[in-house]
Amino acid sequence: MVNITIDGIKIQVPENITVLEAAKNVGIDIPTLCHLKDVNEIGDCRICLVEVEGARGFVTSCMQKVEEGMVIRTNTDKVIEARRNVLKLILSAHERKCLSCIRHGNCELQDLALKFGVTDVEFEGEISTKIVDDTSPSIVRNTAKCVLCRRCISTCKNVQKVGAIDCVNRGFESTISTAEHKSLQDVNCTFCGQCIQNCPTAALHEKENIDEVEAKLKDENTIVLVQTAPAVRVALGEEFDMPIGKNVTGKMVTALKRLGFDKVFDTNTGADFTIMEEATEFIDRVVNNKTLPMMTSCCPAWIRFIEMEYPEYLDCLSSCKSPHEMFGAILKSYYAQKEGIDPKNICVVSVMPCVAKKYERQKDEMINDDMYNVDIVITTRELAKMIRQANIDFTSLQDSNFDDPMGGASGAAAIFGTTGGVMEAALRTAQDLLTGEDLQEINFEEVRGKKGIKRATVKVNGKDIKVAVASGLGNARAIMEEIKSGKADYDFIEIMACPGGCVMGGGQPIKPAKLRRTVDVRKLRANALYSIDEKEVIRKSHQNPVLQQIYKEYLGKPNGEKAHELLHTHYSQKEKVKMSN
Amino acid sequence: MKTILVCHGTGCTSSKSTNIIENFKNIIQNRNIENVEVVQTGCFGLCAKGPVVIIRPENIFYAKVKPEDCEEIIQKHIIEDQLVERLLYRDANGEISKRLDEIDFYKKQKRIALKNCGSIDPEKIDDYIAVDGYKALEKVLKEMTKDEVIEEITKSGLRGRGGAGFPTGKKWLFAKQAEGEQKYVVCNADEGDPGAFMDRSILEGDPHCVIEAMMIAGYVIGANKGYIYVRAEYPIAVHRFQIAIDQARERGILGKNIFGTDFEFDVEIRLGAGAFVCGEETALLESIEGRRGQPRIKPPFPANKGLWQCPTLINNVETYANIPKIILNGSDWYSKIGTEGSKGTKVFALGGNVKNIGLVEVPMGTTLREIVYDIGGGIPNGREFKAAQTGGPSGGCIPAQYLDTPIDYESLKQIGSMMGSGGLIVMDDSKCMVNLAKFYLGFTVSESCGKCNPCRIGTKRMYEILEKLTNGEGTLEDIDKLEKLATTVANSSICGLGQSAPNPVISTLKYFREEFIEHAVEKKCRAHECKALAKIQITPEKCKGCGLCQKSCPVNAIKGEGREVRYINEEECIKCGTCLNKCPFKAIG
Repeated sequence: MVNITIDGIKIQVPENITVLEAAKNVGIDIPTLCHLKDVNEIGDCRICLVEVEGARGFVTSCMQKVEEGMVIRTNTDKVIEARRNVLKLILSAHERKCLSCIRHGNCELQDLALKFGVTDVEFEGEISTKIVDDTSPSIVRNTAKCVLCRRCISTCKNVQKVGAIDCVNRGFESTISTAEHKSLQDVNCTFCGQCIQNCPTAALHEKENIDEVEAKLKDENTIVLVQTAPAVRVALGEEFDMPIGKNVTGKMVTALKRLGFDKVFDTNTGADFTIMEEATEFIDRVVNNKTLPMMTSCCPAWIRFIEMEYPEYLDCLSSCKSPHEMFGAILKSYYAQKEGIDPKNICVVSVMPCVAKKYERQKDEMINDDMYNVDIVITTRELAKMIRQANIDFTSLQDSNFDDPMGGASGAAAIFGTTGGVMEAALRTAQDLLTGEDLQEINFEEVRGKKGIKRATVKVNGKDIKVAVASGLGNARAIMEEIKSGKADYDFIEIMACPGGCVMGGGQPIKPAKLRRTVDVRKLRANALYSIDEKEVIRKSHQNPVLQQIYKEYLGKPNGEKAHELLHTHYSQKEKVKMSN
Repeated sequence: MKTILVCHGTGCTSSKSTNIIENFKNIIQNRNIENVEVVQTGCFGLCAKGPVVIIRPENIFYAKVKPEDCEEIIQKHIIEDQLVERLLYRDANGEISKRLDEIDFYKKQKRIALKNCGSIDPEKIDDYIAVDGYKALEKVLKEMTKDEVIEEITKSGLRGRGGAGFPTGKKWLFAKQAEGEQKYVVCNADEGDPGAFMDRSILEGDPHCVIEAMMIAGYVIGANKGYIYVRAEYPIAVHRFQIAIDQARERGILGKNIFGTDFEFDVEIRLGAGAFVCGEETALLESIEGRRGQPRIKPPFPANKGLWQCPTLINNVETYANIPKIILNGSDWYSKIGTEGSKGTKVFALGGNVKNIGLVEVPMGTTLREIVYDIGGGIPNGREFKAAQTGGPSGGCIPAQYLDTPIDYESLKQIGSMMGSGGLIVMDDSKCMVNLAKFYLGFTVSESCGKCNPCRIGTKRMYEILEKLTNGEGTLEDIDKLEKLATTVANSSICGLGQSAPNPVISTLKYFREEFIEHAVEKKCRAHECKALAKIQITPEKCKGCGLCQKSCPVNAIKGEGREVRYINEEECIKCGTCLNKCPFKAIG
C-alpha cells in the first residue's frame, strides 16, 4: 500500500494502480476518452490530465502509477482549462452532425462535451480527413467522426490479433484505415464488430438494414418470419434503460409481433438442430477415427478468420451451418411445406447480437433451392431502434411466447450465447447419444466462466475427451498456434470471435468504457442465459420435441442426406490483406 | 610531403568535390608526382565557400574550387610552390586570407566535437587511430572502473547536445543502475531541424569517434549492443558509418574480447524514414522496433525501459563526439570551457541571412553577436539583423536586443528560445515575423505524429489562424486564441515535439507583437512578405514615365503609354514585387 493525497484527501491505496483508479477510490471521476481498461492504455487523448506535485507538466492519470507520498490535484483551474481546451480541439476536428448521428445519445464524446459544459467550440477549423467505407455488408467506417483514440486499433490488433486497421499518415492527416485504404471486406477484417463496441463515437458502426426489414413488413405478398438469437434477449432491455443482463424474452416477442412480423421464432430451436448435427458429427469423427480436433462453426467471424489465417485446418471445422442459417433453411423448406406457403414469398429476418452475421447471410454457401436461408440480419441495436421508432413503450409491454409450431427450445440452446455454451450443449447431447442414457450430470462448469481460453478433459462414456474453449480471436489464434506447433491434442474446440461470446457481440448494446471499468457486463448477460437454462425443463437439445418431430417427419437422421443438404456447409481459403502485426 | 585535403561533406560533394578528388588523383598519377597525397575529409565548416581545398603542411585555404582548377593548383602550388591567388579566400571586403587560421570564420571557434572533421579521411580507420582514435576506449577498458568513467563525465559538466541538455553523466548513471540482463546503447542521429547538419557532418567527417563513444557507454552501462538511428536522407553519413563499423569489426575493435578484455560490443545502423518526430527518443525506439514512430508516455524513461523494454542509453551524435576527448584530456580540461551551467562547446549550423553560412563550433557562452558578426561575417546585402532562430521549429526567435546574450542552455531558455540541436537561422529585416511563425508551425503541423490531440489538432488550428493573419483575414481575437492554443499545446502534448511546437509563435508574439497587430488591424505587413497584404502602388509625383516597370511586369498589370505616369491595375497585379526593384526613381512601394 502507498499513501497519497488526492485533492486534499489522504488515502492509502494499493501499489501498482493508476492515479485514475486511485481517484475513483475517493469518489473522483477523472474524465477519460481513449482509455479502455486493459486494452487501450496509451494516454493519447489528454482528457485525463492531472497535476502531480513535483512533476514537470501535467501527468496522464490513466497511465501514471501511484507512488508513495504523491500529491495529486485533479481539479485545479489549470487542469480544467487544459482538459476543456483539448476537448474543444477534438470537437473542432469532429464532424459534428450529432442530431442525425447513429450514436446520438450514446456517444462518449457528446457525454464529455455535456460534462465539461462546452457551449462554444471556439477553435473552428478544418475537420478530420473523411474516408467513408460503407461497402462491406457488416461495418461502416467514417473517419470524420473519428477522435483517433485508437481503441479500435488496440482491440483489432492486440485483443483480436487480427490487425485489419491501423493509423496511417501523420499529424492532422492521421487517420485510421486499412491496408491501401481498401474496403474492410477486401482486407483481413473478420467483421467481428469489436471495433464498433469500443468506438466512443460513430466512426465505426454497423451497416443498418432496418429499411429493408420495413419494406418487407409493408409488402403484403411477403410473409416475414423473424428469429432471435439467444444473446439478444438478455441485452435488448439495456437499450430501454433496463438493468444489464435482464431477460426480456417475453417483451421482445410482443414487440416483434407489434412491429408486424408474421411469425416470431426462436433461433434457440436452430441451436438445438446445430447440436444434433454437431454432436452426431463429433461422435462420428471420434468413433471412426476421422479428423480431430473438431472445431465449432457457429461463429461467422471465426470462420472468416480461419479461412484467411489457417486454411490448412478447414477440415477440422464442423460442417454445420450456424443455428440461424439452419433454422432459416428449415423455415423455407419444412415449415413452408407444412404451412403450404411458397418459400419464395418468405422473408426470414434474423435478430442477432452480431454484425458478422450480416456478412454470413449473403455467402453463396448459405443458399438452398436458389434462396438465401436468411434474407436480412439486424442487430440487437437495430431492433431497439425499430421498437423506438414504432413508438412502442418497451418496458411496459406484456410478455408473449414464441409462435408454434417452431417455438420451443432446450436450455442447452440458450447458453449458445456465451463462451463455453456450445461446448456444454454438445457434450450434454454427445454423452447421452453415446451411452444411450439420460445422464443427469449436465453442468460442465469447467467450460464456463470468463477466461479467454479454457481447457478441460471431460469423461464421456468412459472416454477422456480433451476440449478447449476460446473466445476472442486472439485466443483463437493462440489455440491454433498450439495445434500448429504440435503441442495440443484436443478432440473438440469451441471458438467464438468475441471475447466472452455472443453476449458481447458486435451487434449488442454499446456500453461506455467508463461503465465497463467497474461493471462486468459479460458476466451479467451470461448469467442471465445460464438462469434461462436452469429454469428449462428440457435442457438437452436432442430431447426437444419440436426437433424430434421434424427429424421424424422431414429430415430423417442427423447427418443424413437431407440434413446434409439443408444444414451443412463447406469452407474455402480466403485471401487476406494485412495491415500490421 | 604535401597533403591535399578536399572537403567531401554533403555540401561540397553536391558542388562536385568528388570530381575534384578524382582530378587531383589522376593528375598526380599521370604526371608521376611524388610526395603528394590526396585526402577526402569531412566538412570544414565554411560551406559558403565550398568546395574547399586545403593544402598542408602550409595550411593554405582555397575556396570555391572547381574540378577544372585542379590542374592549376597542382602546377602552381605543388610544382612551382606558388599560391593560386584567384582561389584564395576573400572576405566580404575583398581581403585575402591565405591560411585557414587567418580566416575570421575560424578564429573564435574551438573544435572539440568537430576536431577531426576536415583533417582526417573518415573512410580510413588508420587515420582515426593516428589521431589517438580508440585510445579513450582502451584507457577506459584497461585503466578505469565504470564508476570512474561516469564520475569523469559528470565532472566534465557535459549535457545532452540533442536539445534538452540533460546532464550526460546522470543519464549514464541511470542506465548503469537500471536492472536488466540485456541493455542497449543508442545513438540518436535523426537530425531533423530544417537547416541543421551538425550531426551529419560529424558522421561524415569522423564516424569512428561516435563508435568509440558508444562502446565506452556500452562498457559503462553493461550493454553489448548499440544501434545508431540515422536518417536515410543522409546517404554519405550512412555509407561512411557503415564503412567505419566494418573496419572496426575487421580490426577486432568491435566484436568480442575487445582490447583483450571480456568486453564485447557491436553496432548496427537503423535507417529513419524521414519522420521528424523520430528524433524524440521514445519515438525513435518505437521506430527501431519496427513500429510507427510515435512517442511513448514517460515515465518509464528509456534508461529503465527502452528498446524492447530493456534499459537503454540514448545520446545524440554530438554528445558522443565529446566523450573520447573528455576521457583523454580529463574532465578538468573540458569543464574549463564554457559557462557555469553549460560546459564545453556547441556546434551550430549557421544559416539564413548571414554571409558565412556553415558549421561552427564555439565555446558555450559565446554571444550571438560574435557568432553572427565575427564568425558569420554579418548580414549580407546591407540589411539589418532582425532576429535569429535557435532550436529550429522547437526553438524561439531572439531579437536584436539579445545579441549580446552569452549562449548557453539557461540563457536561451530565459529569453524564450532553446539550445535545441544547434540550428541557428539568422533573419534580416526583410523577414515578416508572422510569416516566420507560420513557416515553423507549418513544419510541425506536417511533422506532428498525430498521436495526441493537442499537437495533432492544436498546431493545425494555430497554423490556420496564422494563415488568416498573413492573408489579411485575422482579427485581434485571433491573436488571443493563438496564445490560448499555444499554452494548451505546450502543456498538454505528450512529447517534446508538441510541447515545444508553439515556441516560435510564443517568442515572435513576445518580441514582435506589433507586427501581429499590424496584420490583424491595419492589414499591413511591414516586411512586404505577406503577398495578400501587399499593396503595390506607383506614386505619380515620383514617376517619370520611363516604362521600365511596365516591361518587367510578368502579367502586364502596369498601364500607361509613352511618357505618361504609369499606374497599376490592382485586379491584375499578382504582387510579385518585380517592379519594386526596377524603378530607378523609387516611385513604386
